[in-house]
Amino acid sequence: MKRIATALSLALLLAFSAQAARAQTLQTVKQRGQLICGANGTLAGFGLPDPQGNWTGFDVDFCRAIAAAIFNDPTKVKFVPLTAANRFTALQSGEIDVLARNTTWTMSRDTTLGVDFAAVTFFDGQGFIVHKSLKVSSALELNGASVCVQQGTTTELNLADYFRSHHMTLKTVTFATADEAVKAYDSGRCDSYTTDSSGLHGERLRLTNPDDNIVLPEIISKEPLSPSVRQGDDSWEDLVRWVHEAMLDAEEFGVTKSNVDEQLKSANPEIRRLLGAEGQFGQSLGLTNDWAYRIIKHIGNYGESFDRNVGEGSPLKIARGLNALWTKGGLQYGLPVR
Amino acid sequence: MNSAINSVRHSRQAWRIGLQLLLVAVIGGLIYGAFVNAADNLERAHIASGFHFWNNSAGFDISQTLIPYSASTSTFGRAFWVGLLNTLLASALGVVLATLLGFTIGIARLSRNWLVARLAGGYVELVRNIPLLLQLLFWYNAVLKSLPELHDSIALPIGGFLNNRGLFLPRPVFASGIAAVGAALLVGIVAAIVLHVWARRRRERTGAPTAVGWWMAALIVGLPLATFALAGFPVAFELPQMSRFNVIGGLEILPEFAALVVALSVYTAAFIAEVVRAGILAVPPGQSEAAQALGLRSGTTLRLIVVPQAMRVIVPPLTSQYLNLIKNSSLAVAIGYPDLVQIFAGSVLNITGQAVEVIAITMAVYLTISLVTSLLMNLYGRMTAVAER
Repeated sequence: MKRIATALSLALLLAFSAQAARAQTLQTVKQRGQLICGANGTLAGFGLPDPQGNWTGFDVDFCRAIAAAIFNDPTKVKFVPLTAANRFTALQSGEIDVLARNTTWTMSRDTTLGVDFAAVTFFDGQGFIVHKSLKVSSALELNGASVCVQQGTTTELNLADYFRSHHMTLKTVTFATADEAVKAYDSGRCDSYTTDSSGLHGERLRLTNPDDNIVLPEIISKEPLSPSVRQGDDSWEDLVRWVHEAMLDAEEFGVTKSNVDEQLKSANPEIRRLLGAEGQFGQSLGLTNDWAYRIIKHIGNYGESFDRNVGEGSPLKIARGLNALWTKGGLQYGLPVR
Repeated sequence: MNSAINSVRHSRQAWRIGLQLLLVAVIGGLIYGAFVNAADNLERAHIASGFHFWNNSAGFDISQTLIPYSASTSTFGRAFWVGLLNTLLASALGVVLATLLGFTIGIARLSRNWLVARLAGGYVELVRNIPLLLQLLFWYNAVLKSLPELHDSIALPIGGFLNNRGLFLPRPVFASGIAAVGAALLVGIVAAIVLHVWARRRRERTGAPTAVGWWMAALIVGLPLATFALAGFPVAFELPQMSRFNVIGGLEILPEFAALVVALSVYTAAFIAEVVRAGILAVPPGQSEAAQALGLRSGTTLRLIVVPQAMRVIVPPLTSQYLNLIKNSSLAVAIGYPDLVQIFAGSVLNITGQAVEVIAITMAVYLTISLVTSLLMNLYGRMTAVAER
């Protein structure tokens, strides 16, 4: 029902407001004293509050990095848990400042939803998890299977495409939230549950018996996950994009949470520009020049955030793969601070 | 003098009409303004608007479709109709079951049998005081958890299966000649009604009762059956088959559908039971006493004296309960039943991103369904109210 409420509030806002809030997001955030970030809320590794209410995850860290850059305080973020179905409406209506909720960047979303994607923070792809008892080792053996899926996702569409293009039949059971879909899979309603493969690793840990389930090797789609902002506020989009680039650059130059203070004295001009020892790069974003220093100091670089939340240092143990730096054969390529 | 009064009256009337016209104009202007403003804001926010998406290819699958639908070729518009029909199916079945259950429990609550009355009372208090969403989740999980997995399916004697994927029954496949059976059924029903009317007129004229019940039953059941036999039993059954992952073929009843219909019926029945009880209690006891004094038996008294009078009280609140049930069916979204809200205000909204259009259409549809239901119930209410003098 939350979704209907959000959509209704959007409709009312559009119908009766003189002009929906567009530009000036940074100014609004500064005045408010905190960033409002749309996050997942139920996905281990990406966005999940612990029992004390502290949010953790890869997307969560990204929002904290933005807050660190603006306020020099990563706790000045309010997280709003969103479902796949209500996330864009929440962004369009101005309920949140930035959407960091493992969201795939697609053409139709970019061009018709009034949102702009800032940067691909995670290269993902859709996969399947199945009950081990089925003795299935490939997604191509799933002909005739029942698959649980969350609605309002690219996953829902890829699933139909994949089975169609391989001349297989399937029975989809669609749920409004990932939580419900996973529960139904867990109770045996479906043979398989499908979502982004990073999500599968996270969800597997929440099943009754994680070891009775296996993630299949096939990756059936491209899922470039990206944070997004409302279209029309270009400087805010710039800021969100450069938070990601700064974290990548820091990893590339070997600047970490623990050595950032020493790196401040580095002779390397690239590091000096990044950390604000040289140039006015922060000011041009509407921030202070030590904006990137703040990010690394509080959150760490891209690799640190990855390892801590989804990589080797986490229960998910997702390999860097496509998300390795370009210097290590991956696709993550930090743009130059110049 | 008279003309002066008339002119005052006229001017007052003109004033009143003018005021109402002004109100209509203001409301119309507001709506128009909101519409234009919304379109303007959407444009400025770079959000696509309009209804062009209706004919675009949908691309997602739906688990229960009453009309042909395929992810690859069907449009969003088709998906809308699939969702609407699923909503109507669940609502219609829910209304029928809730009415049957509700009337039974409402009457049982007034029973002179202590145990029956207390059981019915307990049912009402228990069911109507627990939120529907919780009951829905309870039924869904209870249904899913208690049913066996695919490999341990319960094989039904008539050639079907029951497991946690649903209930699979043989599906009748009709051959040509079935149309004649349908026609025979229609003829049977019409003939039975004519017979009934004739019997009533005769009784009113002569006072002599004519027992036509059996004749009517014979017309409605016997005539189609005879035609069916004459046409050479034009029906075959497609049996569901067990495959590696699923049961294939046959008539499939999804656990989501079963849970939704059961939850809606059980919940609404508790309210209907109270409506029925109130309606029956509203008939003065003198009415049944008078009927007994005339020598009518208790069943006949209930059927001819109490119920027709109680219906006048029952129908208006009963309409509200039906409307509640229809609107509550949108909770299906919580358990994955593909109703209108889940398909259209869920998947379609998210794929197209056109929240304003999709929600507006969805609201208009529920409004229409509810108004039509109200209209039908009001017509029925008028029919039952004729006895009033």
